[in-house]
Parts: sequence; C-alpha cells; structure tokens
Amino acid sequence: MQGSVRQMIKDKKEKQQSRSKIVEKLVPGFLLLCAIISVLTTLGIVFTLIVETITFFNHVSIIEYFTSKDWYPFFESDPDYGIWPLISGTLLITGIAMLVAVPFGLGAAIYLSEYATDRVRRIIKPILEVLAGIPTIVYGFFALTFVTPVLQNVIPSLPVFNALSPGIVIGIMIIPMIASLSEDAMSSVPNAIREGALGLGATRFEVAVKVVLPAALSGIVASVVLAISRAIGETMIVTVAGGATPKLTFDVTESIQTMTSYIVQVSLGDAGYGTTIYYSIYAVGMTLFLFTLIMNLVAQYISRRFREEY
Amino acid sequence: MQLVDQTKVKSRMQTRLKQNKILKGVFFGTTIFALVVLVILLYRILTQGIGYLDLQFFQNFASRFPEKAGIKAAFFGSLWLMAVIAPVSLILGVGTAIYLEEYAKKNRFTTFIQINISNLAGVPSIVFGLLGLTVFVRMLEMGRSVLAGGLTMSLLILPIIVVAAQEAVRSVPKELREASYAMGATKWQTIRRVVLPASIPGILTGGILALSRAIGETAPLLMIGALTFVAYLPENLLSGFTVMPIQIFNWTSRPQTEFHDVAAAGIIVLLAMLLIMNSIAVLIRNKFSKRL
Repeated sequence: MQGSVRQMIKDKKEKQQSRSKIVEKLVPGFLLLCAIISVLTTLGIVFTLIVETITFFNHVSIIEYFTSKDWYPFFESDPDYGIWPLISGTLLITGIAMLVAVPFGLGAAIYLSEYATDRVRRIIKPILEVLAGIPTIVYGFFALTFVTPVLQNVIPSLPVFNALSPGIVIGIMIIPMIASLSEDAMSSVPNAIREGALGLGATRFEVAVKVVLPAALSGIVASVVLAISRAIGETMIVTVAGGATPKLTFDVTESIQTMTSYIVQVSLGDAGYGTTIYYSIYAVGMTLFLFTLIMNLVAQYISRRFREEY
Repeated sequence: MQLVDQTKVKSRMQTRLKQNKILKGVFFGTTIFALVVLVILLYRILTQGIGYLDLQFFQNFASRFPEKAGIKAAFFGSLWLMAVIAPVSLILGVGTAIYLEEYAKKNRFTTFIQINISNLAGVPSIVFGLLGLTVFVRMLEMGRSVLAGGLTMSLLILPIIVVAAQEAVRSVPKELREASYAMGATKWQTIRRVVLPASIPGILTGGILALSRAIGETAPLLMIGALTFVAYLPENLLSGFTVMPIQIFNWTSRPQTEFHDVAAAGIIVLLAMLLIMNSIAVLIRNKFSKRL
C-alpha cells in the first residue's frame, strides 16, 4: 500500500518532469526562430532589392542609370532612366527640412536641457512626443492645404506642387526627433562640469554653447544624421505636396520628384508586373536603401567613436 | 597694482547678461514654435473636417460625391489590419526579446541580431513595402490582401516592439528570478510565470505605441496595393481592403476642395483612434508603474 502511493507520486513526478523537459528543449528553439525572423527580414530586403535591380539593369544599362540627366520612364518610344533628377529632388527636400529642423530642434534641446525647470520640461516633452506621433499623411495634408497657400501669399508665383512646402513640413516633423535625441545627449553631460563653468562666472548661455554643446557634440551630430536619414526616406508628405516632375534643379519653388514619391507613383499607376517601369522601382528603392543605410551607419559610428566617457 | 579693470568687467558683464537673457528668449521661442505648429495643425483640421463628421460618414462607403463619401470601408479595414498585426508582431517581438535577454549567449551571433534590429528600425517604410510586394504578394501568392498587408506591417513595427519588450524584460528584478529558481522552477517556468507577468505593462505599452504607428502608416500599404476605392468590407484574410490613411490620401489628392474637407474629417477619425490607443498605453503605464 505504502509502496504504491510512493510509486504513484514517483510516476506523476516523472511524467511531469519529462513533459517539462520537452518544453524546456522546445522553447529556446521557438524563441530563436522568432529572433531569426528579424534577420530574415533584412536578408529578404537585401535579396529582393538586389535580384530585381539586376533584372532592371538587364533592361536598362547601368551607365545610363548613373550618367543620364533625364528621368522620363513613361515615354513610350524613348524612355530615359537617369537617377540624378530623383536624387537631386530628394536632397533638395532633405536640405530644406534640415534648415528648418536643425535650428529649431537644437534650440528646443538647449532650452529643455539648460534653461527649463522640471515642471516646464514635463509639460513640453509629451507635447513634442504628440508631434512625433502624428501620421505622415496628416502632415502631407497640412503641407498641401495650409503651408502651400500661406507660402503662395509670400511668393505669388509658387505652383501648387513645389519643393519648399513639403521640405518645411518634413523639417517640422523631424524637430521632435532632433530635440529629444540632442536633449538626451546634453542631459548626459555631468552637472559638475556645468557647475564648474558657472562657478567661474560664465552665464547660462556661455555654459550651454561653450561647455555643454562641445561635450555633447557626438550625440548631437548623430541625431542630425539620423534625422537626415529619416527625411530621405519620408514618403507621403512629398507625394502629396511635392508633385511628380523629376527635374535636375535646386530651385525650391519648382515641382520636383523624390525617390520615394516615384516609387509610390508607379505603384499607384497601372504599370504591369514585369515591365521595365515595374523593375525600376526596385533600382530606385535600392538607391534609397543605400542612402539611408549609410546615414544610419555613420550615425552609429559617430556616437560610438566620439562618445565622451565621464 | 590692479589686475582687474573693474569698469571694463562691469561694462562687459552687462552685455553678457543681456546676451544670456535674449538668447534664453530665442531658445524658448524655438521650443514654442513646434507647439504653435501643432496647435495650428489641429485647429485647421478640426474646423475643416467637423462639418462632414456625422453618423453618415461612418455608414457610407467611398463615393464620387463628397457629401456621400464615408469612411466605413477604411475604418473596418484598419480594424482588420490591426487584428493581423497585433498577434503576429507581439508573438515575434516578445519571442525575440525573451530570446535575446534570457537565452542568448553573449557571442557574435547575438550581437549581430541586436545590430540588425537597430538597423532595421532605420529602414524607410516604403522599402518594407517593396519587400511585402515581392515576398508576400507575389512569391507567397497572397495577393493584395489584408494578410499580406498585415504581415508587411508586422515586420515594419517588429524592431519597435523588440526594443520595448527587451527593456521591459530587463527591468524585472533579478531577485524575482532567483526566488523562482530557488523554489525549483525551471527556466521556462520562471519566464512564463514570473518574468512575463512582471513585464506585461511595459510590453503592452510598447506594443500599443507600435500598433498606433502601424495604423497611421500609408506608404507600405500603397506599395502592396491596398485599394483606394473600396465599396465593401473585408470578409476574410485574403480580401482586398483599404485603410484610413490610404482613404485620406485618396481624398487629399483629388482636385476638388470639397474632398479636402472630407479628408480632414477622415483625419479627425484617425487622430481620435490614435489618441484613444495612446491614452490606453499611458493608463497601463501609470496603473502598473506603482507596483514592483
């Protein structure tokens, strides 16, 4: 009798243990699988872009892609595939955005980290987060229906679709990103250094510009580079308000086209699967991907290499 | 002998103090600028769209006439999309986070996965659209369906969820784990019954924020071919669909200005939905942050 109870307990224990042993073995495998999905995503992106880009270069010569100054893929008889107009459009938009985002973002970062009281910071930071959480299509709508008409009051000759308005709005969208990343970098400068400078009679402004800014420079530069990458990849704002005329120009009042808005234009149109136009979006996507990848790597390098350790 | 010229110091001090004061104002102004833009943006959209925002707007499908245009198909399309994204991205994201935090050894492969995730977060969303178009729509032959869209978006927000879940798992005190091991629990038992319950608030907050990012995203779904003119609701995972941002894009890009007002009404619905989701996230964070 006693033996059988003991036996039952032993049996049950063994059964449970063998089951949990199997689970213990299976779970890490499943979790590893989850982790590998993210690697597969990257591989998928790279693989897709490379394969379809190669197909594109079977239709169009790679020399034309990099040397031609015209991008007219929709010309039936003699289409031109030169990437430069799209790159210039992208860089133009990015440049305008940075002219807006860097001064305002950095100013906000300096104010929040060097001047603002805790209470003010607690109010302003969530509002900046709200600004960062607004969908880009809403910014696009804002650019087209508000910023462009306002700009047309200042520059009467401004067409409905232009580079200036989406550039400014992308800049506004990026302000929270630069502000919060730069503020993080500046807040991590130790207070002892600030107090040292204040003790020598420096004003708060001098402390901010001559002490904190240089000490936090790597973080600030990294935030700006990340912001550039974000602006290059921005799609909906330029699609809605930037127009669809690829032009090799640096005139901000003209209608342009960026790499991203070209990809959208093709996917909205009726270019069938397998046409040269269909493959061209992968070549443009590859170019875009390389641009943003390089920017991201540069940002990571800067923040790792030039970090000041305290 | 006087080393310091007092009058000179005094006169310079004045300008330095003045400079400090003026620039404080300038910095404050730059901070306020963003807030002012936010106010203008919200005010414009509210005044423009409120007129079209009535019960009919929710009951009607897309239409060629602005008075009859509604957001029904797009609203339910967004809900369908969420129903795909939420489970897929949460399981993958939390799984990855637990693997990296609890199981992975500190070797090159782990570092590689970590670097890969942070780089993936910086890839433009439209490139994810190209991936979805090639892999889900064409190779796996899902067509231009809710499923293909949901999977694409899940991959897009995966890095955000992984990072949030990693932070949540990491913040569970070591003592809790050790107590569980001391009671004879195995590793997985500890994770399932101790670590996961303790990190649920952080995971949910991060998950909801990531989901709200997916709900507002337009470009990848345009790429995989979500439709812009839909007069039916999705019936299953392989149905064609549209979502609110795409419907708004469609209305915005029409030349008639009446449609811009309809777009504004759509934006109000979208922003209200995002606001609700974000409030839930904040509520969860506040409710649980007092414990532990």
